[in-house]
Amino acid sequence: MARLSLILLAVFTTCALGLVTSQHQARKLFIELGEEQERSRQLDVEYGQLQLESSTWAMHARVEKIARQSLRMRPPEAGRVQMIELAPRKAEGGGTAP
Amino acid sequence: MNFASSPVLTLRLPVWRSRLLLLCFLSGFMVLAGRAVYLQGWNNDFLQAKGESRYSRVIEITANRGRITDRHGEALAISTPVKSVWAIPDEVDLDKTQLGKLAALLEMPPQEIEKRISDASRDFVYVKRQIPPETADRIAELRIPGLFQSREYRRYYPGGEVMAHVLGFTGAEDIGQEGVELAYQEQLAGKPGSRRVIKDRRGQIVEDMQSIKAAQEGRDLRLALDARIQTLAFGQLKEAIEQHRAKAGSIVVLDVVTGEMLALANMPTYNPNNRARLTGGSLRNRVVTDTFEPGSTLKPFTVAAALEEGRITPQTMIQTAPGSLTIGKATIHDAHAEGLISVSQVIQKSSNVGAAKIALSLPAESMWNMFNSVGFGLAPKLGFPGEVTGRVRPAKTWRPIEQATMSYGHGISVSLVQLARAYSIFARDGDLVPISLIKVDTPPPAQNVISAETARAVRAMLESAVHPGGTAPRAQIMGYRVGGKTGTAHKQENGAYAANKYVSSFVGFAPVSRPRLVIAVMIDEASDGQYYGGAVAAPVFARVMEGALRALDVPPDAPMKAIVLPAAGEEVRESI
Repeated sequence: MARLSLILLAVFTTCALGLVTSQHQARKLFIELGEEQERSRQLDVEYGQLQLESSTWAMHARVEKIARQSLRMRPPEAGRVQMIELAPRKAEGGGTAP
Repeated sequence: MNFASSPVLTLRLPVWRSRLLLLCFLSGFMVLAGRAVYLQGWNNDFLQAKGESRYSRVIEITANRGRITDRHGEALAISTPVKSVWAIPDEVDLDKTQLGKLAALLEMPPQEIEKRISDASRDFVYVKRQIPPETADRIAELRIPGLFQSREYRRYYPGGEVMAHVLGFTGAEDIGQEGVELAYQEQLAGKPGSRRVIKDRRGQIVEDMQSIKAAQEGRDLRLALDARIQTLAFGQLKEAIEQHRAKAGSIVVLDVVTGEMLALANMPTYNPNNRARLTGGSLRNRVVTDTFEPGSTLKPFTVAAALEEGRITPQTMIQTAPGSLTIGKATIHDAHAEGLISVSQVIQKSSNVGAAKIALSLPAESMWNMFNSVGFGLAPKLGFPGEVTGRVRPAKTWRPIEQATMSYGHGISVSLVQLARAYSIFARDGDLVPISLIKVDTPPPAQNVISAETARAVRAMLESAVHPGGTAPRAQIMGYRVGGKTGTAHKQENGAYAANKYVSSFVGFAPVSRPRLVIAVMIDEASDGQYYGGAVAAPVFARVMEGALRALDVPPDAPMKAIVLPAAGEEVRESI
């Protein structure tokens, strides 16, 4: 009887300690998960900011201003544009290519 | 004396005393046990909640507002987190140097900050909202007691003033106030959620208990807008406004096939990122909120109604001599007498007398039906705030002189977007599609208004109006066939026509062989001496149309030869 009690006590103690350890493990992993999720949110925010930045730099008004003013570019006159018909396209309503 | 012989032992106390004591103890324990059972079993909510509050926290899950992009996916509006600084005035404790540092970081006068935090009757005051996160971090380093920060979102518009009237903007709470931001608020707004978690003593979340409400991210919105065409349209409009020293102006570009709105711009405009000096005038999206008397741009609808009724053909000859027509007490004038001209030439030369004569051959109802079926007097239902219906009086109340003046666009008012949409019946073989601000994948079903033959006949007339013999030779584009109509109207002021204030407009489409775009331009009060639609609005149309057709890879349908403009002094002047 006494021996059985001792064995059971040992088993229960082990189980209890196991529970504590696994709970601790779970919480540590959960914290890690939380950190990773936070990081993903941060990256998402950063992505938005980068998109904003790229959009700001690439705004057509800005590109055109730089092209016109510092690069001295201008759109070609219509007469100097050669239209190329892509191979399998139906002749559309009297379109003429010079 | 030993213990056994202690006199105390020989004393016999009454039995009831010990019983009483036992009873007292027992009942005391009973009360305790009862209380314990009561607290554990029946009334445990309060203590449970108290206990939970030691370790569990409800945290907010923020939801982002959706992004707005143009049809090619270019970002036009993005929300990004910023910080707001707030204070509990009672708890704030800051010295002079801290105040100075804070004021410098917030870019606010120190007196202003002091004023805000001195009102001790309030528990919560914003010191400054929407500051960049970097600045917020430096403020946090000052460690001022009673000063707190909260996270908010701020919306940025990379396009600035160019897209202002289409996109609108959001207020401090990230709720749409104007434009698409307001029209699509439901879709763009995210719904914040919350969840209950367990936090440890270091404030780290260690366990999820329950999700109270799942957060819902705002959905992204892909507009029909084409950023290239929008930039072009805005730039050309701005240039024209400056050149002609005009008070205001608007332009709208529609895709004929799908009904999509590819560009919409107004002058004056504002910068949605910095709305400090915002005025009502620059805020107004004139394309949809302002009506004007369209003038001659309405003549094609009169002609279309008469063609539909079978009263005339494009070749029918109409006597416009002597260049004026008296109805009752009023007289209608032409810029100069044309004599006997065909219906086509009425449009080409923009003859008021011709249009009036055609109108008077029609019953008032059929003209009204035409105006109504192309959407005049009806809300365009785009979803923009402040859309107007314009004014078309019921046909029964028309007097003959009114019917005559309405044929050339007076006594009736429309918005520019209504006018642009109405012109799509000529560009589309007689039917009408709803306008969409959102990118359309499959073209919506069209509603038939006039027959294809009538539409083609009017289209041919409109093409002749941009030829050198017409009122708008400056609307021509090299390589494309263009059709369109000018409009010039006296502005109404206090119920009367102002003598030298004009609204100049042009509405047209291209390429005529297979129309792709309708562009409507309106310039308000050009004041450099030029005010004819053909001189002020048509060049804007031509430059925007040329660039837009190129941007959309539309093949040319005319030979590449130089544009012929009439010699100075020989231009056909429009009748007003």
